[in-house]
Amino acid sequence: MKILVTVKRVVDYNVKVRVKDDNSGVETANVKMSMNPFCEIAVEEAVRLKEKGVATEIVVASIGPAQAQETLRTALALGADRAVLVKTEENVEPLGVAKILKEVVTKESPDMVIMGKQSIDGDNNQSGQMLAALMDWPQGTFASEVNVADGKIAVTREIDGGLETVGLTLPAVVTTDLRLNEPRFASLPNIMKAKRKPLEEMSPEDLGVDIAPRTQTLKVEAPAQRTAGIKVETVAELVEKLKNEAKVI
Amino acid sequence: MAILVIAEHNNEALGASTLATLAAAQKIGADVHVLVAGSGSQSVADAAAACEGVVKVLHADNADLEHATAESLASIVKANAEGYTHILAPASTYGKNFMPRIGALLDVQPISDIVSVEDENTFKRPIYAGNAIATVQSNDPVKVITVRGTAFDAVAATGGSAEIASVDASGNISEKSKFESQELTKSERPELTAAKVIISGGRGMGSGENFQMIEEIADKLGAAVGASRAAVDAGFVPNDYQVGQTGKIVAPELYIAVGISGAIQHLAGMKDSKVIVAINKDEEAPIFQIADYGLVADLFKVLPELKEAL
Ligand SMILES: Cc1cc2nc3c(=O)[nH]c(=O)nc-3n(C[C@H](O)[C@H](O)[C@H](O)COP(=O)(O)OP(=O)(O)OC[C@H]3O[C@@H](n4cnc5c(N)ncnc54)[C@H](O)[C@@H]3O)c2cc1C
Ligand SMILES: Cc1cc2nc3c(=O)[nH]c(=O)nc-3n(C[C@H](O)[C@H](O)[C@H](O)COP(=O)(O)OP(=O)(O)OC[C@H]3O[C@@H](n4cnc5c(N)ncnc54)[C@H](O)[C@@H]3O)c2cc1C
Repeated sequence: MKILVTVKRVVDYNVKVRVKDDNSGVETANVKMSMNPFCEIAVEEAVRLKEKGVATEIVVASIGPAQAQETLRTALALGADRAVLVKTEENVEPLGVAKILKEVVTKESPDMVIMGKQSIDGDNNQSGQMLAALMDWPQGTFASEVNVADGKIAVTREIDGGLETVGLTLPAVVTTDLRLNEPRFASLPNIMKAKRKPLEEMSPEDLGVDIAPRTQTLKVEAPAQRTAGIKVETVAELVEKLKNEAKVI
Repeated sequence: MAILVIAEHNNEALGASTLATLAAAQKIGADVHVLVAGSGSQSVADAAAACEGVVKVLHADNADLEHATAESLASIVKANAEGYTHILAPASTYGKNFMPRIGALLDVQPISDIVSVEDENTFKRPIYAGNAIATVQSNDPVKVITVRGTAFDAVAATGGSAEIASVDASGNISEKSKFESQELTKSERPELTAAKVIISGGRGMGSGENFQMIEEIADKLGAAVGASRAAVDAGFVPNDYQVGQTGKIVAPELYIAVGISGAIQHLAGMKDSKVIVAINKDEEAPIFQIADYGLVADLFKVLPELKEAL
C-alpha cells in the first residue's frame, strides 16, 4: 500500500507569537519554524505502517515556500521515501491546499492519505476533510488508532464524548490526533541519508490549480490580556475569597 | 436571506452547543432554519422548532443516520443548501468533522471557530492557540461557519413554533464510511463545555487514582472535571477531559487548575474563564500569570483541605 503524508511548516509550538504592530498578522521573521506537531504524528504513523509491512512506499508532500524543503527533509529523515514540494509564497487557504493535494493525489494514487487534524498556526482543522470531499473519499478524522485489514481501515476517533470507531473503504483520508503515537526523533545517519532522497518541486500553476483566496484577513489583534491576580496563603483564605469576593461558589 | 444551522444532538435532546450556534446565526440575520439529521429524532426536531427565533426545521430521519457520518451529513446538507447564504454548526468535534466537507462540496472556504459576528460577511476567529484574533472577511457567496460555543449566549430553548418539514435522506447515505462503535465517557457530572465550575488536573496529579481527590471536590461543587494534555497522555483520565488548543474550549465562572503548569496550549482552552484559581507547588509556573487566585502549595496537602472546607 502506498501512503501520502502531508506536512506543514509552522511557527514552532514553543514560540509565543506576537501580533505585528500594524495588525497585519503575526511576527514570523526570525521565529523558529518546525514541522506542525500533528504532521509529525502523521509521518510517524506512516512509518510504523511501513515497518509493519502494511505500507510499501511513503510519499510526503508540503505546500509552502522554499524553506518547506527543510520540513520535507525532516520527514524523509524520519522514514518517508520521497518528497513533493508544491512551491508558493502565497498563504494558501485550506480549500486551495485541498485542491493542490487533489492533483498530487491524482498523480500519485496513494491508498491512504495521512494528514494532521489541524495546524497550530491557522488552527482551521479543515484541509483533510476538504481533500476527502474533493476526492469523494471517506475520512477518519482526529484518529487515535488506525487498523488496516482486508482493504479497509478502522479508525478510532477522539470525539467530545469519548471515542468513536468508523470503518472506511480505501482509499481514504486519515487525520491525526495527539494520542495516535509518539513520534520518534530522526537519527544522525538518517538525516544524512535523507539528503539524498528524491525531492520533486512543482508549482500550483504546474498543477493547474487556482489558489486565489476566498477570504481576506482584515486585521490581526492581540487577545484581551489577563493579568495576574493575588496569591493566597491558605485554603481557608482561598475559599473565603471565592465565596465573598469572586462570589463564584 | 436564510441561514441554515446544523443541529448537534444525540437523537433525544438538542445539544447546548446548538443553542449557542443559533445565537450566532441570529446575529447574522433573521430567517434561521435548523437541519436535524438523525434516527428516531422527532424529539430533537420538536426541540429545535421550539427554540427562540427558529422559523423552519428540516428533519432528515433515517435509520442509517443514528450515528451520522461526516460523508452522509455533508451530502444531505449539500442537497438542501439551495437558498441559504450561511450554513453554521458548532465548532465541536461533531461540526468540525463534516463542515469542511460541505465547504469543499460547495467550493467555499469555510471559516472555523468564530468568536464574533462583525457583519454578515465578517467574523473574528482565534489563531495561533488564541494568541491572536483575526478578523476575516469572506467573499464566497455562501458562508460555511463553525461557531465557538463559549463566545455566544445560548438562545432560549422555548418560545418558537417553527414548521417542521421532513427531508428524504435515503439517497445521501455513504457506503464508504460506516459507524462501528463508540465508547462514551459516562459521568453524572455536567459537560465540560457547559459547566459553570471546572476543576482540572495536570501531570502534577501523578496518577489516575489521585484524580479521585479532584472528583470528590468536583462533586461538592457540582463541577465538571478537566485535564491537561499531559494528564491525558499519561493515561490518568480519558481523552475527552482535555482542555486546550486542541482539546475542549471552556469558559466557566470558575476554573481551578491543579498541578498544571500553564502551557500556551492549555491556556488557549480556558483563559476566557471568569475566575481562575491555580494550585501549583512551583511559584514560577506560568499558570500564576493568568490566575486570579494563586495558591503555591503541594496539591497532596491542600486538596484534602479544600474538600473539607467546601
Ligand atoms: C495571521 C494569518 C493571516 C492569514 N491571512 C491569510 C490571507 O490573507 N489569505 C489566505 O489565503 N490565507 C491566510 N491565512 C491562512 C493560512 O495560510 C493558513 O495556514 C491556511 O488557511 C491553512 O490552514 P491550516 O494550516 O490552519 O489548515 P488545517 O486544515 O488546520 O491543516 C490541517 C492539516 O492539513 C495539512 N496541511 C495544511 N496546510 C498544508 C500545507 N501548506 N502543506 C502541506 N500540508 C498542509 C497538514 O497535514 C495539516 O496538519 C492566514 C493565516 C494567518 C495565521
Ligand atoms: C500540538 C500540541 C497541542 C497541544 N494541545 C494541548 C491541549 O489542548 N491542552 C493541553 O493542556 N496541552 C496541550 N499541549 C501540551 C502542552 O504544551 C503542555 O505540554 C501540557 O499542557 C502540560 O501539561 P501539565 O501542565 O499538566 O504538565 P507540566 O507542564 O509537566 O506541569 C505540571 C505542573 O504540576 C506542578 N506540580 C507537580 N507536582 C505538584 C504537586 N505535588 N503539587 C502542586 N503542583 C505540582 C508542577 O510544578 C508543574 O507546574 C499541546 C502540545 C502540542 C505540541
